[in-house]
Amino acid sequence: MIDYSVIFALLAAVAIGLYVTLDGFDLGVGILFPFAPATSTRDTMMRSLAPMWDGNETWLVLGGMVLLAGFPAAFSILLPAFYVPLALMLFGLVLRGVAFEFRSQGGPFEIGWTIAFSGGSMLAGFCQGAILGSFIGGDVTAVDGRYAGGPFDWLHLFSIVTGLGVLSFYALLGACWLIWRTEDNVRIFAREIARPALLATGAVIAVVSVWTPLSLPTVAARWFTWPGTFYLAPLPILAAIAWTTAWLSLWSRREWLPFAAAIVLLLTALAGLAASIWPDAIPGVMTIWQAASMRRTQVIVAWSVLLILPVVLSYVGFSYWIFRGKVQTVRKANTGY
Amino acid sequence: MDTLILSRLQFAFTMGYHILWPAFTIGLAWFIVFLGAAWLRTRNPVWKQLQLFWIRVFSLAFGMGVVTGVVISYQLGLNWSAYARATADVIGPLFVLEVLTAFFLEAGFIGIMLFGRDKVGDKIHFAACVIVATGTVISAFWIISANSWMQTPTAFTAASDGRFVATDFWGVVFNPSMPYRFAHMVTASFVTGSFVIAGVAAFWLRRGRPADQGAARAAFSASLLLAAILVPLQMEIGDQHGLNTRQHQPMKLAAIEGRWETGKRVPLTLIAWPNQKEERNDYALEIPVLGSIILTHSLDGEVKGLKSVPAADRPPVPPVFFAFRIMVGCGVAMLALAMTGLILRWRGRLYDTRWYQYACMAGVPLGFIATLAGWMITEVGRQPWVVYGYMRTADAVSPIAGGAVASSLGIALILYNLLLLGFLWYAGRMVFRGPGDLAPIPPVVRPVGAHNLASIMPRNEP
Repeated sequence: MIDYSVIFALLAAVAIGLYVTLDGFDLGVGILFPFAPATSTRDTMMRSLAPMWDGNETWLVLGGMVLLAGFPAAFSILLPAFYVPLALMLFGLVLRGVAFEFRSQGGPFEIGWTIAFSGGSMLAGFCQGAILGSFIGGDVTAVDGRYAGGPFDWLHLFSIVTGLGVLSFYALLGACWLIWRTEDNVRIFAREIARPALLATGAVIAVVSVWTPLSLPTVAARWFTWPGTFYLAPLPILAAIAWTTAWLSLWSRREWLPFAAAIVLLLTALAGLAASIWPDAIPGVMTIWQAASMRRTQVIVAWSVLLILPVVLSYVGFSYWIFRGKVQTVRKANTGY
Repeated sequence: MDTLILSRLQFAFTMGYHILWPAFTIGLAWFIVFLGAAWLRTRNPVWKQLQLFWIRVFSLAFGMGVVTGVVISYQLGLNWSAYARATADVIGPLFVLEVLTAFFLEAGFIGIMLFGRDKVGDKIHFAACVIVATGTVISAFWIISANSWMQTPTAFTAASDGRFVATDFWGVVFNPSMPYRFAHMVTASFVTGSFVIAGVAAFWLRRGRPADQGAARAAFSASLLLAAILVPLQMEIGDQHGLNTRQHQPMKLAAIEGRWETGKRVPLTLIAWPNQKEERNDYALEIPVLGSIILTHSLDGEVKGLKSVPAADRPPVPPVFFAFRIMVGCGVAMLALAMTGLILRWRGRLYDTRWYQYACMAGVPLGFIATLAGWMITEVGRQPWVVYGYMRTADAVSPIAGGAVASSLGIALILYNLLLLGFLWYAGRMVFRGPGDLAPIPPVVRPVGAHNLASIMPRNEP
């Protein structure tokens, strides 16, 4: 008998992993906007994203809907618990999304949309990080299957640190994306900004890695008792290798390498968090089996995802392939439209 | 104000605002497909010019639809968590399938549609347009299916803890009112789109700038022809939908009609002031027996009245009653416009009747107003139920502080209206510049690899 709850946990992990990787780099480009040296740089940065951002954001919707269909009990507690940061994140994404369309129209309000794009990206990234921190920190309280806390339970020092951590992580991804996909001044800017982003990211990973086992005994037990330590050891080792590779390759001629290393770093960090939480759907509240929907629902959804997702991935890949290569650094040919 | 009222206001506002964009883009996407096909077939540059123009407008409207849609998908859990938990086993799969079969399809090919023409050639670009247009309809299919299930729930049993459990997946998808609702919404968006296109073309005709005239005439003719076919069809679909509503949601129909007493040979209430407190209509203007004929298609058909259920189970009457009259009024106005177009076409005066061009410009908002009013009838008329007859809206709401909902509602009000202004500004500027200005979409500087691709793909540029 297949345990569909485990399959769903994996599916949710895949959707979240794809989301933070793909939307991560395009939110990251927005986060880097205020540091960009010139308007022409920003134009190129945005142009490198224009054909993909919409598809990248769709993974967020898939993640939410898989959570709804697979783990409704968790969904109906987590969303009210994170009402404030989720609402702010959504407004940030709304601003960022329309800024893509409106900024490219030029005209007198262009600077406003530049600020909206950057501010929206920062707001969304910070809120995602704060939600993550509050989630793993076990802030969610529930009584009788309903959220029983207040609207600001998620906000404290640890969640602010993880919020800033995700901001720096996204900035790193965005910078590495630009190294890969642009040339000339934009690439130089990206290489320079990638270094502080990488340092900040490393610092936050270190803080979180020390903080969670110290404050959460369950996490400490998982990581520091034999044989758990043995099985989990590859994660921090891989993360260290990825971080070092990114650091050493920022000015390398293999321009895809920092981006690949940053993605590996991100995925190991996520896997580490998942390993700390497993098998809870909401830490300290319910396991994935308690949160699961009816088996019948799970069967329908799991099979439709497993059958359709490869098709989706193939045409998403096709779309990326069509828009591959360097984006040229040319100021808009005209200001019409 | 409590969480329930605020949540309902918030949902009504964000949903009403969101629906404007699909209502426009579904029809527009297929118009773009039509223009692409006409260009591939005839190689008349007017079609390509129009297609380039409308793709630009589409990109703006599509962006607005996407971002507001993401908000809706999360709002289900944010504001209505008890509903989400109770119904996840029934409609959760529909939402997942929507993302998988529609959202990704649209998102995956919209890039090619907007920026890829020069990279992949005309034919693959056309295929991308068809795929995006198909995606918009598939998306509407799943969403309408989920909404219809809430209106006419079937194929489920209720578990002991209040959760709904689906017994038949396709029974849920094709619930009794779904085909009517889906046909009504898709046709509505085609009609809305065609009146926008007609109004814009009328503006170009009226302004008379020579560079625009070819495109303006082609668009004016095609969109009005489409409207002349679709508006009568929409009225027939609406009538069938009404029969279905009488069967499955009698109280919604009673509210639409302002009918308090159950009866046969009921009159048709043209206009009145429904007085919910005293359970009667003030200032009513009625036509005898016509109500039964229209609603039941028979002289002696019985129509249930609002008083047949306790007051607590009735929907708020005035909003539904007036929204229905607004919707029908817009429909009649659109019918008049479309038929006048036919007459002018027959007399060879379609392109030079000044008053008619002004009328078409004024007709641009009609489709949007009718669609909004239609959704208001559907959603308010369902009250006090969120799942008709089984779960009350009051039991569906999230356990969150009213202040949090009030603040997010306030932000949404300001933000969304600013964005609407932005859209009207940029789209209006595009319309004003007209299709003669063939400047490329700005993010047009292509990645190097795309040039290589273009060289191996078959190209049909003249």
